[in-house]
Amino acid sequence: MQIAADTVIRFIEGVAARLKQHRDELTQLDSAIGDADHGANLDRGFTAVLAKLPSVADKDIGTILKTTGMTLVSTVGGASGPLYGTAYMRAGTALVDRFEMNEHDLVLALEAALEGIQARGKAKRGEKTMIDAIAPGIDALKAALAAGSEPREAIRLGLAAVEGGVQDTIPLLATKGRASYLGERSIGHQDPGATSALFMAQVLVETLDTLS
Amino acid sequence: MKKLINSPEGVVKDALAGMAAAHADLLRVDYDPDIIVRVGAPIKGKVGVISGGGSGHEPMHGGFVGLGMLDAACPGAVFTSPVPDQMLAATKAVDGGAGVLHIVKNYTGDVMNFEMAAELAAAEGIEVAVVVTNDDVAVQDSLYTAGRRGVGVTVLLEKIVGAAAERGDSLLEVKRIAEKVNSHGRSMGMALTSCTVPHAGKPTFELGENEMEIGIGIHGEPGRKRMDIQDAASITELLATPILDDLPFQSGDQVLAFVNGLGGTPQIELYIVYSELAKILEQRGITISRNLVGSYITSLEMAGCSITLVKLDDELTQLWDAPVQTPALRWGM
Repeated sequence: MQIAADTVIRFIEGVAARLKQHRDELTQLDSAIGDADHGANLDRGFTAVLAKLPSVADKDIGTILKTTGMTLVSTVGGASGPLYGTAYMRAGTALVDRFEMNEHDLVLALEAALEGIQARGKAKRGEKTMIDAIAPGIDALKAALAAGSEPREAIRLGLAAVEGGVQDTIPLLATKGRASYLGERSIGHQDPGATSALFMAQVLVETLDTLS
Repeated sequence: MKKLINSPEGVVKDALAGMAAAHADLLRVDYDPDIIVRVGAPIKGKVGVISGGGSGHEPMHGGFVGLGMLDAACPGAVFTSPVPDQMLAATKAVDGGAGVLHIVKNYTGDVMNFEMAAELAAAEGIEVAVVVTNDDVAVQDSLYTAGRRGVGVTVLLEKIVGAAAERGDSLLEVKRIAEKVNSHGRSMGMALTSCTVPHAGKPTFELGENEMEIGIGIHGEPGRKRMDIQDAASITELLATPILDDLPFQSGDQVLAFVNGLGGTPQIELYIVYSELAKILEQRGITISRNLVGSYITSLEMAGCSITLVKLDDELTQLWDAPVQTPALRWGM
């Protein structure tokens, strides 16, 4: 599978549109266990990213992703700004000067993004955060590729694991972030950060599905 | 949603324009990145003191910019941490060569954004020290939470630490005093109503007509316990007891007692709470040697209050009494 820089641009445009569409849903999830700003914050950030995209339209994938990350850090605020910002910047660092990548590069970029999120947020799996959506997705994608699945199939299996990870946040007790203040009352709610990560994963799969 | 606004998107910038117009003698407002800066900053040789956080807690933090308190404040979107660009711009704007103290309330987003800003400032050769306030006893301080939230102590700390910087204390000394205030202070709050974030358009949580939320945070994030409403004496007891037991405050202690309104509670009710608090402290042999009663760290239009106690010694008392001239706190001038 060959993924070109313009596909990455279409992915980011797709993420911006998807987050705008689900802005109220994310904010609603965040009202239950956080502070009711997740949808609005990400929408503000990706709207700013959209405005920046024309300036990197002819650049390498690394520059596109790093610009996206830096713009998110500068415009989102909250916890999701530094976390998603760091994620996109680290993914970009993994793809410096590349105008094309394959599924294995994608895995490396996703792993770099996850490491960035873990380093910035000092969280690990099972704490009811976006990590609980992203990490199982990467695991499933890697396992499928290792088992010889077609890239397209492997990516779909990865998405299914992300969906499962998001569902699995519902019974978890939050021990990181603002939801942790609720203690036991955080149980029974789907994590907003894991949900926004799912939207990004969905757009990634849909964008790659359009490739011939 | 019924609010005195032009548009949900414009709330922060429209309010900043109002602050700049109203308090031109004390501060100026820079936009993109948005910061509120004390007139005359940077002051050569003085430690710069900055803070920041989501908007919606006014007068904190912008209302505390001025002589004897903050040199700059960074207002984020409503209830959302500001971004590193703001803290970096504020740090540069107030750096008089003696370093800059960042006062950060312990919320995951605030801590991460200030952390990124401190890394950027260090890369530009500015010495930054950080104090993280975490005084809310409603939150269990354990490995299983993000730690206690920073609430009422933040206001008192900004005043005390601002005075230390104003008299010329070094960055190391200013940080020591900041940590002392934080470690000597405890708070707890309660809500009678929810609040509505402008861009959300509806209340963050629902509270029944006869219910109250004990241990509420300042972002409308639900607290730990929902109960039937009681009278002011009982509510004050519910808030004061965990505070007193936590430090613990003991007979013979001198304290600064702060009864704070969350935005929608009138001053007359805060005085009722203060009166009940004074009785409780007297019974325990604790002397209120200084006090503050009013709405200083709010949660939009939420009705409710918080109580903060800080154990005072001579050093902290002297700094509390020192002159301050800001939009929200003024004395000794």
